[in-house]
Amino acid sequence: MNLTLKIWRQKDANAKGGIVTYQLGGVEPDMSFLEMLDVLNQDLIDKGEEPVVFDHDCREGICGTCSLQINGEPHGPDRLITTCQLHMRMFKDGDTIVIEPFRAKAFPVIKDLIVDRSSFERIQQAGGYVSVNTSGNTQDANAILVPKDKADTAFDAATCIGCGACVAACKNASAMLFTSAKVSQLALLPQGEVEADRRVLAMVEQMDKEGFGNCTNTGACEIECPKGISLENIARMNREYLRASTK
Amino acid sequence: MSVLDSKIPEGPLEHKWNNYKNTINLVNPANKRNIDIIVVGTGLAGGSAAATLAELGYNVKTFCYQDSPRRAHSIAAQGGINASKNYQGDGDSDYRLFYDTVKGGDYRAREANVYRLAEVSGNIIDQCVAQGVPFAREYGGQLDNRSFGGVLVSRTFYAKGQTGQQLLLGAYSAMNRQINRGKIQSYTRHEMLDVVIVGGKARGIIARDLVTGQIERHSAHAVVIASGGYGNVFYLSTNAMGSNATAAWKVHKKGAFFANPCFTQIHPTCIPVSGEHQSKLTLMSESLRNDGRIWVPKKLEDAKAIREGRLKPTELAEEDRDYYLERRYPAFGNLVPRDVASRAAKERCDAGYGVNKTGEAVYLDFGSAFMRYGKEAVATQKIENATEAQIKELGQKVVEAKYGNLFQMYEKIVDENPYETPMKIYPAVHYTMGGLWVDYNLQTTVPGLYAAGEANFSDHGANRLGASALMQGLADGYFVLPYTMGDYLAADIRTGAIPTNSPEFDEAENKVREQLEKLMNTNGTKSVDHFHKRLGKIMWNKVGMSRNAVHLKEAIGEIKQLREEFWKDVRIPGEMNGMNTELEKAGRVADFLELGELFAKDALHREESCGGHFREEYQTEEGEALRDDENFMYVAAWEYTGEPADAILHKENLDYEYIEVKTRSYK
Repeated sequence: MNLTLKIWRQKDANAKGGIVTYQLGGVEPDMSFLEMLDVLNQDLIDKGEEPVVFDHDCREGICGTCSLQINGEPHGPDRLITTCQLHMRMFKDGDTIVIEPFRAKAFPVIKDLIVDRSSFERIQQAGGYVSVNTSGNTQDANAILVPKDKADTAFDAATCIGCGACVAACKNASAMLFTSAKVSQLALLPQGEVEADRRVLAMVEQMDKEGFGNCTNTGACEIECPKGISLENIARMNREYLRASTK
Repeated sequence: MSVLDSKIPEGPLEHKWNNYKNTINLVNPANKRNIDIIVVGTGLAGGSAAATLAELGYNVKTFCYQDSPRRAHSIAAQGGINASKNYQGDGDSDYRLFYDTVKGGDYRAREANVYRLAEVSGNIIDQCVAQGVPFAREYGGQLDNRSFGGVLVSRTFYAKGQTGQQLLLGAYSAMNRQINRGKIQSYTRHEMLDVVIVGGKARGIIARDLVTGQIERHSAHAVVIASGGYGNVFYLSTNAMGSNATAAWKVHKKGAFFANPCFTQIHPTCIPVSGEHQSKLTLMSESLRNDGRIWVPKKLEDAKAIREGRLKPTELAEEDRDYYLERRYPAFGNLVPRDVASRAAKERCDAGYGVNKTGEAVYLDFGSAFMRYGKEAVATQKIENATEAQIKELGQKVVEAKYGNLFQMYEKIVDENPYETPMKIYPAVHYTMGGLWVDYNLQTTVPGLYAAGEANFSDHGANRLGASALMQGLADGYFVLPYTMGDYLAADIRTGAIPTNSPEFDEAENKVREQLEKLMNTNGTKSVDHFHKRLGKIMWNKVGMSRNAVHLKEAIGEIKQLREEFWKDVRIPGEMNGMNTELEKAGRVADFLELGELFAKDALHREESCGGHFREEYQTEEGEALRDDENFMYVAAWEYTGEPADAILHKENLDYEYIEVKTRSYK
């Protein structure tokens, strides 16, 4: 396959970036999207140019490191996968592919396609935990029974990989899906319920401070989420927030 | 001759850990505030250690190369975590978990450490549940368990196929609580490039900020290396792209012994390599071997026809298939341990029976499972006169409920529907049992320098059982280091903050800077990946699943030569002062080019076959591993002296007091 790649290049956080066009041949349908970029980078290095930098690590869809806005969609055209799981057979010979970083005020560009997602870290640090020390004397794991459906719903929320596709997909750059996934997981479990009020207030406050936008229920986040995190989590967080803030 | 002191506490096995905890020195809470600890790596071992040490009151700094501690590669573990809870009432106990682990490791692990691991395993589950880890549950609300290879009980706790993710997010949340309290300072996108030793003790590290390129000095009273394994020395592995051995290798060069580097686990069920562009390999969970049957064609001409696309596997009659694991190991069949299953696949493919275009793949076939489950469904649903197609469809639904996400992942990567045609699989590098030598306290041969999780060598011997890596990482971090480090740090309560302007810090920083400049100034013609791929090929072909003296000697020479070529001809574009991913990779590959040679040297010296280490010269008539307990029942701990080739061997003899050493047989 031969492709035309239009890629965002930006030297560092302070530089002005822009789209650069590259022609790339020898792409095989079995390659992953990131392996295609590896081939481009090998060409660039051979020519003595700086390779295009992009975030990636596990390359099996679980670490949440990879990002990329591909032809306007976070993680590209396929569904329920991350960019590292996207394969070139989704494209045709002669295609033009536009590759940009995730765009949001709270995700400033570090270089080329890499963005700074530390705003997500700070939201988690504000309250995304259960206050329990490690002692070896916590009660037996089976002492508190958890109904299977609740445990399963909590698990579904907990599968969020923190990639930021929800923010990149949202016209308001809202982080409601991300924040609500953690709020939901812990609110649904008896272990997390005790400090649920404190948690939701602290996490939402931090989310707002970071400059993420509001949720207007377009549902784009749910569609683009590689792990299929449900919009119901946002509804649950809103209920939790309302309850906590009127106490 | 040995300088190794494993510091195993006195007393009977089951009392050692308690006796130890009752007699160690403690640091009072007010003094903990004056003590700093550095933790390198934030996976299960590093993350849990950092959180627990900070809870206790120490000042902790964590370092990870990822943009968040949550992305450490522990996240990718699928299957589960073992614990001797005996919730199923099937006769499990600490002793059984201990026994299975030592036997599974082919009698090359240290008894006292493994027993402690089994002892604290139950506490891990309690702790994780208390943190809100959403383990799978039964309808009664209790925790569910499943079974894994090499054992006779159900002791594996799981969260669908994402157990590592959920456990890591638990440790990460515990870290976040301490970050919020100001007790942990989390340095992300930072890479440790050397340890600083002052007065014979580890007192800090030199790290590079991967965004600004700045070299930083960080001091502490003790340093923990929890940076994972070195599987990426093979280039292609199931490790993350960034997984590296730099932290472990740099401390080795500063005096920490490196143990059993040749003990590497090759996992039998991975998606085969599809071409030269391949950047990493993807695992298909071991749980699939519960229902999938592994086979290749019986006749060479059929294998050839399949490779050339003239024959479909589904067209091959039952009697023309060779279910080689069931044939060779009737007692365990498709559920033999990983090392055995991997070697058997290689043996068939080497003999010409491989089934993909490269000849390096075997089938994992669910056809029988579809029919078996389908017949069950027909019986329970009372369907009369069901056709074969109906039975198959019902069976496929059952399989989908069990492994649906794995089948979907396979189809996305390979573009073949595994419900219609058997999966193709091949072994791949997955885990390294070897690592930094540590004593019972998880301290390396450098005082104040600790190693935890996959980065140390201690618990898995020559082969790790499934669902034990997560257990070990969390045991080390949550329940072992907080005690053993306290005992050491009790002597440091009057030391005060460690200054970073000492000559030792100057020297370490200068060395780091020199190496980076040398890499930048080489101005060669070949990319870092070029060298990494070549190293991987040498390792896979000559130091891989089966090894012999001739190949190992060749490998040692070739790696040395490649290393020299690397330092003359590597090309790194861009600048040192700023983000430079090629420079990051170059440093890691430079270390792999040394580690690979020690790896081959260790494999050459160990003239026996055990666990993941198979020497062709040492096998039984049936082709099984032949251990030599008389001469090799020891841990090989290597001391660095300037070149990998000159490393000095120290032996820690392994005494088995509580287990009878036997030949592992799965026939």
